[in-house]
Formats: sequence, C-alpha cells, structure tokens
Amino acid sequence: MTPVLETAVAPNYLNETHGIRSWLLTLDHKRIGILYVASITVFFFLGGLFALLMRLELLAPRAWLLSPEEYNKLFTMHGIIMVWFFLIPSIPNTLGNFFIPMMIGANDVAFPKLNLLSWYVFNLGGAITVFALVRGGVDTGWTFYTPFSTTYSTTYVTAAALGIFIAGFSSIMTGLNFIATIHRMRAPGMTWFRLPMFIWSHYATSLILVLATPVLAITLLMMAVERIFQVGIFDPALGGDPVLFQHMFWFYSHPAVYIMVLPGMAVISEIVPTFSRKPLFGYTFVALASMCIAVIGFLVWGHHMFVAGLSVYSAMGFSFLSYLVAVPSAIKVFNWSATMYKGSISWDTPMLYAIGFIGLFTIGGMTGLFLAALGVDVHVTDTYFVIAHFHYIMVGGTVMAFLGGIHYFWPKITGRLYPEGLARLSALIVFIGFNLTFFPQFVLGYLGMPRRYAVYPIEFHMLNVLSTAGASILGVGYVFPLFYLVWSWKYGKKSGPNPWRATGLEWTSDSPPPKENFEVTPVVTGPPYDFERMREELGLG
Amino acid sequence: MTAALLFLAPSRIAAEYDWLFWILVTICGLVALAIATFIVFSAIRYHRRSENELPPQIRGNIKLELTWTVVPLIIFMGMFAWGATLYFDIERPPGDATEIYVVAKQWMWKLQAPDGRREIDELHVPVGRPVKLIMTSQDVIHSFFVPAFRIKQDVLPNRYTTIWFQPDKPGKYHLFCAEYCGMKHSGMIGYIYAMEPREYSLWLAQGGAEGSLASTGEKLFHQFGCANCHHFDGHGPCPDLKGLYRRQVLITTGATVVADESYIRESIVDPGAKIVAGFTNYMPVFKDRLTEDQLVALIAYIKAIGPEPGTQQPSSAGDVPQGYGAQPGITGPGTPGVSGDQPKAH
Amino acid sequence: MAEPATLILREQFRTPVQQRETATLGMWIFLATEVMLFGGLFLAFTVYRMYNPAAFIQGSADMNIMLGAINTAVLIGSSFTMALAVHSAETGDRKLLTAFLTSTMVLGAVFLAIKFTEYYLHYLDRRVPGPGFSFPGPEASRAEMFFVLYFIMTGLHALHMFIGEGILFSMILRNRAGSFTAEYHTPVELAGLYWHFVDVIWVFLFAIFYIEGLHLHGK
Repeated sequence: MTPVLETAVAPNYLNETHGIRSWLLTLDHKRIGILYVASITVFFFLGGLFALLMRLELLAPRAWLLSPEEYNKLFTMHGIIMVWFFLIPSIPNTLGNFFIPMMIGANDVAFPKLNLLSWYVFNLGGAITVFALVRGGVDTGWTFYTPFSTTYSTTYVTAAALGIFIAGFSSIMTGLNFIATIHRMRAPGMTWFRLPMFIWSHYATSLILVLATPVLAITLLMMAVERIFQVGIFDPALGGDPVLFQHMFWFYSHPAVYIMVLPGMAVISEIVPTFSRKPLFGYTFVALASMCIAVIGFLVWGHHMFVAGLSVYSAMGFSFLSYLVAVPSAIKVFNWSATMYKGSISWDTPMLYAIGFIGLFTIGGMTGLFLAALGVDVHVTDTYFVIAHFHYIMVGGTVMAFLGGIHYFWPKITGRLYPEGLARLSALIVFIGFNLTFFPQFVLGYLGMPRRYAVYPIEFHMLNVLSTAGASILGVGYVFPLFYLVWSWKYGKKSGPNPWRATGLEWTSDSPPPKENFEVTPVVTGPPYDFERMREELGLG
Repeated sequence: MTAALLFLAPSRIAAEYDWLFWILVTICGLVALAIATFIVFSAIRYHRRSENELPPQIRGNIKLELTWTVVPLIIFMGMFAWGATLYFDIERPPGDATEIYVVAKQWMWKLQAPDGRREIDELHVPVGRPVKLIMTSQDVIHSFFVPAFRIKQDVLPNRYTTIWFQPDKPGKYHLFCAEYCGMKHSGMIGYIYAMEPREYSLWLAQGGAEGSLASTGEKLFHQFGCANCHHFDGHGPCPDLKGLYRRQVLITTGATVVADESYIRESIVDPGAKIVAGFTNYMPVFKDRLTEDQLVALIAYIKAIGPEPGTQQPSSAGDVPQGYGAQPGITGPGTPGVSGDQPKAH
Repeated sequence: MAEPATLILREQFRTPVQQRETATLGMWIFLATEVMLFGGLFLAFTVYRMYNPAAFIQGSADMNIMLGAINTAVLIGSSFTMALAVHSAETGDRKLLTAFLTSTMVLGAVFLAIKFTEYYLHYLDRRVPGPGFSFPGPEASRAEMFFVLYFIMTGLHALHMFIGEGILFSMILRNRAGSFTAEYHTPVELAGLYWHFVDVIWVFLFAIFYIEGLHLHGK
C-alpha cells in the first residue's frame, strides 16, 4: 500500500511547525492532548503487562511463575499504574484536552502553559513511580493501608507515594484548567444548557479532580512522614488510628472512581447521538445527573469500610447514600438507551464500543448495588466479586469508552480514517475477552476467593483458568488498535471534516484542525445534537 | 466446599444471605438482560437503511424520565433496607454465644477457647451453638473470613472487633484472611470444623487444654502484681475490678465509658488513657510487657469476676454491640483516647 | 523612567476583561484545593483532639504563646500591607506598590524567623517527635501526636509562606520592570488573594495550637 502523498495539505496543528522542540514546548491544547496519548499508552501497556503476569501466575493454584512476594508487588504496581497513570488521565487529558476548547468554540484552554506543565509534572510522577518499580517495587496494594505500609513493608513505599503525590498535581492543574475554561471561554451563544454533554461530564469530573485530589496528597504525605520519621499518625503502636487512614484515603479514592468513569460517560454521550442521528434523550436530566454523581460521590466513601470497624449507624448512612448515587448513573443508562430508540443506528466502531459500554457498565453498576447492601457486602467485600465489579466499570466501561472515543475522534485528530473492518473485529475481540476474563470473577468472589491471593485452594482453579484465557484474548484485542491506528496515521484514507455527520462545533473545523481551531469565532444559536436544525448542512432527510 | 456456598447454606445467616443475594441476582440479571436486549434490538431494528435518513428527533419525555428515576430509587431503598436488616443480624451476637478469642498475626490465626484450648489456623466447634469471636491483631490489619457462613470482619491492632456465627450443619469450612497483610497473606488460611455433638465430645476429650483461659488469667493477675493494688474488698488504692465487665465507668474527664474488652485491654497497656474518676493514675504501663495472648487471658479472668468471685458473668444481648467504632462505648462529654503507646524507650 | 506598560492579551483570550476574570477564577479554584489540602490535616487534628483532650490541651499549654501571638500580629499586619499594595496597584502608584510589597515580604520574613526560632526552642526542649521526644507528665505519649500535627501543619504553612515570599519577590521585580498599571495588575491581585489565604490558615492554626491551652499557662 503506497502512502498517501502529502501534497496540498492545508496547514493544520500537526504540520504548522516541525521538530521535537515544537512539540515538547507546545502550548497548543491539541498537541498536548497527543503528548498525553503517548504517555498514557506507555503506562497502559506497562500496567497491562503486570496484569498478564498476574493472570499467568493464577493459572495454577500454587506459586509456579512468581513468588508470593513478586505477585504482591505486581498487583500493587498494576493498581497504582492503572489508577493514577492510566485511568485518571486517560480521557480527560487526551480527548478532554483536545476537544473541550473545540466543543465550546474556544481556541485553547484558559491556561495553556499550565496545561503543558501538567504533562511534565505527570511524567515526573510517572518516572518516580517507575523508579520505585525498577528498584524493587511496592507491595502494599494500591490502597497503602496502615500500619502495613508505614511500619511493616520493606519496599519502596515512600518513592511510590511521592510519584503519586506529584502526579496528583497534574490532576489538579487539569481540573482547574477545565473549570476555568468551561466557565469563561465559551463562544458567544454557548449557554450552559447548550453545552455538549461531553463538557458537562468533564466539568463534573474537574470539580472532583480539584476538590478530592488534595486530600489524597495530604494523606500520602502523612503516611510518608510516619514511615520516614516513625512517628505515630496512623500506626496504633505509635498512638495512631489505622482506620483514620482508611477514611482519609477513601475520601479521595471513592470520588476518584467517578473521575475515572464520568469522562467515559462523556464520550458515550457524544457517540450515541451521533450514531443514532438523534439528540441525546433527556439532555437536562443527564446534565444534572453528572453533577449529582460528583456531589453525592463525595459522601459515600465509607462503603469501602463496612467491615473495617465502622459503627453500624455510620455504615447505614453510607449504604443509604451509596444507593442514592446509583440513581443518576441508572438515569444515564436509560437515557442512552432511549436515544437509540427509533434512531438511525450505524454500526461503526465507535458505536460498537458505546453499545458495549452501556451493557458492561450496567452490569458493573448493578453489582455495585450488591456491594452497597450492607449484609451482602460483608461476604463479598475483599473478594474477587469486588475486583470483577470495578473492572466491569473501569475496563468494560472507561477503557471501552476511551477506545470508542479514540476511534470516534480519530479522523478529526489525524485527518485519517482507521480501517473499519479491522477495528470492528478488535472491538469484538475486546468484548469477548473482557467478559471471559471478568465474569468468572464474580462467581469466584461469591464462592469466597479473597483478593490479593497469590495462591489459592484447588476449588477455585477452573474459574481462574477461564479468567486467564479471557485475559489473553483481551490483550490481543488491545494490541490490534495500537498497530492499525498508528498505521492509519500515515497510510489511512483521508477524512473530511465531518465523516460521521455529527453536530458539534468540533466537526465544523477541518480534519485535522488548524492551530487556532476556528478561523472565525463561532456563534452558537441552538441546542446541541440538533440534527433537525443542521439537516441542510449535513445533507440529511 | 463449593456446595456450602451454592446450595447447602450451613447457617441461618448464610441461608438468609443467599435469599437476598440471589434475589438481587435475579433483579439485576433481568434488568441487565432487558437493557442489553433493548440496545441490541434497537441497533438491529433501527439499523440505518439509507445514508441520509433522519429519524424522528425525540428530545425527551419528562414523565418517562421521572418514572425511571423514582422507580429505581424505590427499588434501591428496598435493597438498602433488606441489606441493613441482614447486617444488624450479622453484627449482633446472641447473648449466650461461646466466646472465642482470636489473635491474628502475620501469618497465622491463634484461637483460644474459654476452657483454655488453643488452636492455630483451626477452630473446632459444635453445631447448633452460636460462637462469638473476639479478635485482635498483633501487627497489621487482617480480616477473618469464613465464606460458608457469609461472615467477615477486619481484625485490627490495638483493639478488639467481634463477629459471630452459628454452624447448623457439620462440615469443614474454609477460613481465609481477607485483608492483605504482607508476604504470606494467601497462606493465612485454615478451617472451621463444625462437629456433631458426639464427635465434638470425642474431640474435646483429646484434651490439650492447660486450664481455662480465665484461670490462666488469674495466674497472670498475680504474677504481674495486679493483685497488689486491685483488691476485691472495695478498699485499696486502685479501682475494684469485681463485676467490672460491661459496667458503666465514670472517668476523670467526666465522660462515661462502658468497660468492654477494648477498654480493659487499653487500661492495661495504656492506663493513662482513661483514669477512673476519684483515682490517681500510678498504674504501670504494661504495653510490650504482655503478649496479646496474655492480655486475652487477663480479660477472660476479669470478665469472670462477677459480684461473687469466680462466677462467669453472662454478656447480655442488646448491649452496645461490639466490634465497631474506634472507641469502647462512650457517652457523655469528652472522649477518651484510643492510643496505646508508651513513653519512648528506643 | 520606564515606558508605560502595554497590556499583554494572551492568545487564548478575546478581551482583557475575560483574561482577568479567568485568571481570578483560576486563583479561587486553586485556593479551594488548598482548603481541601489543609482540611485533611485539620480533620486529623480534630479526630486526635477528640481522642486525647487532656494531652492536647497540655501540648497547647506548652506552646510559646508570646511568640505565637506576635507572629499572628505580624502576619495580619502583612495582610494589611498586602491589601495596601493591591490598592496602590489599582491607583497605578508604582513606587508605593513596591514599598508595600517589600513591607509584606519583610513582615513575612519576620514571621518565618520567629517560627524557626520557635522550632529551635522546641528542639531544645525535646518536643520534636521521634526517638528523642520528651514531655512532662503522664500524657507524654499522647501529647506526641499533638506535636506531630503541630510540626506538619505549621511546616506546611511555612512552606506556603516561602512560596508566597517568592511570589511577592517576583511581583516586585515585575513592577520595577513596569508591568503593572492601573488597568492591568491582575498578578498583584492574585498574589494578594494567595497571601490572605495563607494568613487565614495561620489564624486557624494559631487557634487550635496556641489558644487551647491558654488557661493552663502559669499553672
């Protein structure tokens, strides 16, 4: 296949300036988005490699590939890397950075230098964490429970905590930037209720980013102080309270899961209307639901601690609130489904990922209902049931949304089309591999297999084998896009400005867009997803 | 073993648990199926037929949206209520439960029965009788998990947490540590053996007990000099410990605390934390001088000292439930400390 | 005499008003994150204060109330000079702006000097947590927690003061280069917001660490 010659290509953000310095010192939100794609891809495959090694070890009930110490380090590093260095930045810092300004009709974010700084800070945090890894790893679990992490672990806890602490600044900078951008940089006519849902969801995400992350920072700081100076803060032997650590840790880490899923919902809320050619059903409810998730999400952290020593009355409060926070998520699922009803559904890859998301997020979310039920949680907490639950949401949800979003926005970002046939096949492989990996884990959890077990009793063997088989398939599904997307950047068919015939300001610019996004500042005159108003432009009906 | 999980719920709680669990599975399964069917059906039924087609532009339906907000909310409240009810049951031991003390350490379970029998990573109990576990850790946080009985409770250093179960069917049931605790976390496992009464008597007859837990505690009470100050005749420089267990104690800050296991333990390892009103604190600090096993024996002894010396005082049902809250039961202004450390002696 | 400054309108903004309002919003969001940061520490303090009231009151009584009070006055004074600095910027008085920024810096430095003197005195009294810690009375072990939180919280505050000094210094330099006018002095306003925030945090720190044990002084 001969490469498409780049003859008369319009100047765009990619070719406007050349050279490594123009990338490493760029202030263009679009280039920064791509820089982030590079970083998080590296971390995704690193964390994924750890997962693969873990699943290989779990093929047999006894230790065969790894020692228990090595296994303990692997699950810790897998968690740390996937949570902080992949999931949290995945959609916001790539697609969010690229498209928030474009969707609101701005030519950049509010603070471009802060944006670039956030990427460097992120990589610094990642480098320090990888350093901890290379020097021997951490074995505390990504949750760093005390007093094990402060007094008993002999691994590189402080280095890992430092890496995460620094990466947290990147989160805060990003959230701050997005909030200021969304408040102040909207084009004329772009009122709040004319914003695409992608913006609402990222706004809610950004609120959590700025308010929750500092609590993580201070918790890690205190943990590190205790570890380094051996003074009591969380260690009962030194006068501290280990449950206080859990409260503070989860006060951040529960909202963090909404940081991880809201951007996924943001992407789905764009894909489903486009590929159903209908407005997002119940726009106002969905917007309000995003805000409710952000707010109520701050009030439920205790559901991670139902067997940790909470009073029965606290536990009841947290259980009740956890059920409340499930309502807005349910609303979103119904609204996406209703958007498809009587639509004009196209089966392009982004839509396949979106449909997969809806199904898998529903399953993941509903197993959350199990965990919110106090009596039920007693049995399944700290087992593979919880692992399956959050992987359904993070992987079946966020990662699929990320892939769907990358495919959806690929023509806009690169000016090229990816190979549709291969992409659909990959989506199918991912879907099958994912379910085979994680559904057996629900059963394992109910049967009593605890988390973080390097070895296990023989009766859990078969389900673990199934899970590992699924993981290998899933891995293949992830590797394909890496190759065909990179391939398509050079050799893919060229794309016009709006290959999907979507509404939305981002589709009015060229593909790839010019550096300043819009030649003229757009003026917005109507609601989003208005195929009716735009029928002539889009050639519909 | 798996059968115990899927079919033969070996305890009443497990059976109630399974009702709730499988009804949740049914409801959630049906909803998931409905949503999956709906979206797949829509994708097929409304598959784009012509390139330029524009379907009806439905923006919303307030009634429908309110319905699917309120109905799930109601269902969720039902789930909450049922889950909470089950939880209360799980967390409230019956008054006549046999008390077993558990000391967890990296990486084993040490269990002691009132008659002094010690087991490691195993517990033999008769069927049909409730068992209450009073647990502490010597080092990091562990978690006592018996899947067959659907019970789990974190085991913390420096305090006691409790959980209870009643096996109704004989069998050998897995015991797992369910809170990651370091290198051999996955090796910190064992079994609960529930036995028919005859077998249990036979097993008991094998002996091995060194005297009851309370009598061991009594020996320690004298050996460490506690008896020198803590007289039982109502006089003496130190509080009278007769009938202490579960008594409301007024401390110097004006607060009233319930003298439960955690309070008694704290009073031994960190006497200055709560000083009984009307007394001066010159009790030695026993932290690091007594092992958790010894503390458990002492507590068993103190619990055994009723209004008449040597009488076993039954714990009453419906009391402030054990095992939750960072503190022993507290009422009144000011709150006592949880810390249990000593002046530095590095 | 420097030339009158021209307003720099960054590329991403359409109007100077938008630029100023966005920058101000950014600073307020940042301050919200700082509230959450210190909030975690205040939470820990509250919890341990609840657990160990006697020890914490004794720890507080051990603090040097004179130095603490002087520091509070110094810092509040510095907020006053900072407010005057912002006012000078608003009226375009560059000389006065430099003067007030410098005064604020000086007062901030005085605060830090007193703080570190206090730390040194604590060190001499063996109040620094760790193996060498010592505290009179039976509450010693519990009082150590008070000092752990004291050093972390005032230390974090002092770090913020250092950063503030840096910010003020850069404002002075920029002012001397002619960057600020009556029309454009947003960085000075934002520096003011930051400085006032750090001051408010100190007031809370003063209350929880110094004032608690006041009634025990001299006993």
